[in-house]
Amino acid sequence: MQSPARSWREIPQRYRLEAAKCARCGFICFPPRLICPECGAREFGPHKLAESGKVLTYTVIRVAPQPFCDQSPYAVGIAELDDGVRLTAQIVDCDPAALKVGMRVRIEFRKVSEEGEAGVIYYGYKLVPE
Amino acid sequence: MAGIIGYGAYIPRNRIKVEEIAKVWGADAPSYKKGLMLEEKAVPSPDQDTITMSVESARNALKRAGIDPREIGAVYVGSESHPYAVKPSGATLAEAINAVPAVHTADLEFACKAGSEGMFIALSLVQAGAVKYALAVGADTSQGAPGDALEYSAAAGAAAFLFGKEKPIAEALETFSFTTDTPDFWRREYMHYPQHGGRFTGDPAYFKHITGSAEGIMKKSGLKPADFAYVIFHQPNGKFPFRVGEMLGFEKKQIEPGWLVNKLGNTYSGSSPLGLTATLDIAAPGDLVLMVSYGSGAGSDSFVFRVTERIEEVRDRAPRTRAQLDGNKNYIEYGVYAKYRRKIRKAE
Ligand SMILES: [Zn+2]
Repeated sequence: MQSPARSWREIPQRYRLEAAKCARCGFICFPPRLICPECGAREFGPHKLAESGKVLTYTVIRVAPQPFCDQSPYAVGIAELDDGVRLTAQIVDCDPAALKVGMRVRIEFRKVSEEGEAGVIYYGYKLVPE
Repeated sequence: MAGIIGYGAYIPRNRIKVEEIAKVWGADAPSYKKGLMLEEKAVPSPDQDTITMSVESARNALKRAGIDPREIGAVYVGSESHPYAVKPSGATLAEAINAVPAVHTADLEFACKAGSEGMFIALSLVQAGAVKYALAVGADTSQGAPGDALEYSAAAGAAAFLFGKEKPIAEALETFSFTTDTPDFWRREYMHYPQHGGRFTGDPAYFKHITGSAEGIMKKSGLKPADFAYVIFHQPNGKFPFRVGEMLGFEKKQIEPGWLVNKLGNTYSGSSPLGLTATLDIAAPGDLVLMVSYGSGAGSDSFVFRVTERIEEVRDRAPRTRAQLDGNKNYIEYGVYAKYRRKIRKAE
């Protein structure tokens, strides 16, 4: 379970998919980093992730941890976005049996989790069929 | 002239048919379908709420407007289903579209007219020159009590409008509001479901306020029903918009393009705003469009828009409303619907 403070710090990534693009080699870091893992440079420019891509791989979770029990079975996958960035996220609004590698998906803003009926609601990105 | 510079819709994918609800309560589906002119309604996924749908509709409006979101000076979300009782939906929306931090935001509530209230304020701020751009969203994930007539219609959806003075796609020529204290529908604090005044929701409520608002704006603007290419009325069921249209002297063909309720349900704060998005999807430059909302309690906001040539350039930058309504649907059974809408009491 995440804390409100951690979730708040991650808003630029969770809500707006803000990444950093290496000024030297063009590698896109998501989330942003201080040092480019490809070339060691420290200069970055802003980059907003592409909104669509395709499923590279996925798994279907049938025995879910507590806060996600009601959602099982559900899929978590890695998508290769149209800018080449690989993004791990839940794939929703799709029957897990109908999922296919290579399927087109796009990013939507969804509730990711919530701390019970009275706590904070955490928002972020998920993937849905295009 | 100030007006709409971008618009966007969002309709969730799940649908439940009238038959599926009627089956559970032993009700007669054909009489509901005929009586209310309803076939099915949109249901949000468990991870969707007024905030998530507001964000998606606002992103579609931004795609059409093509502006820098940091120049948006005001963000309003109208809904009767804000996820928090205390914590603004507008702040999350403004953050998600990157309109923060130099932005004024407020959550509005006025039964089904909270969305048009936001439009009214956003437009006024732009006209006054207080902000360059202003965003207004009407969104709801409305609930009817299980077995109540409202359960057949209470649906989910969102519509967003960006207002500005430069390059409008629809100029705002006139606005008018009509409000009285009328107890036709309400929900007290901490109550899950609303209550309503049954037949009282018709004549002294919906019909009186919509005709008052529409007649008021036509008098103020010197326009008559035949001057409008299209008209959008609030859509609590399929019948009311056509009946009020007839009372005012509008024809079916002026109403039909924005009439979504038979397949969508009543999206409350999103209802007439979504009808306006569907109308803008097909309107031609020069067309005059009248939108008349209705919110129980009770009031009605109306707007006269004149579509500009820019509509042709922007309308296909985001998904059209009827494409979302008709495409990619996922039909669910009542049990799944009850689970999604948290109508099932679980262990603590
Ligand atoms: Zn690098």
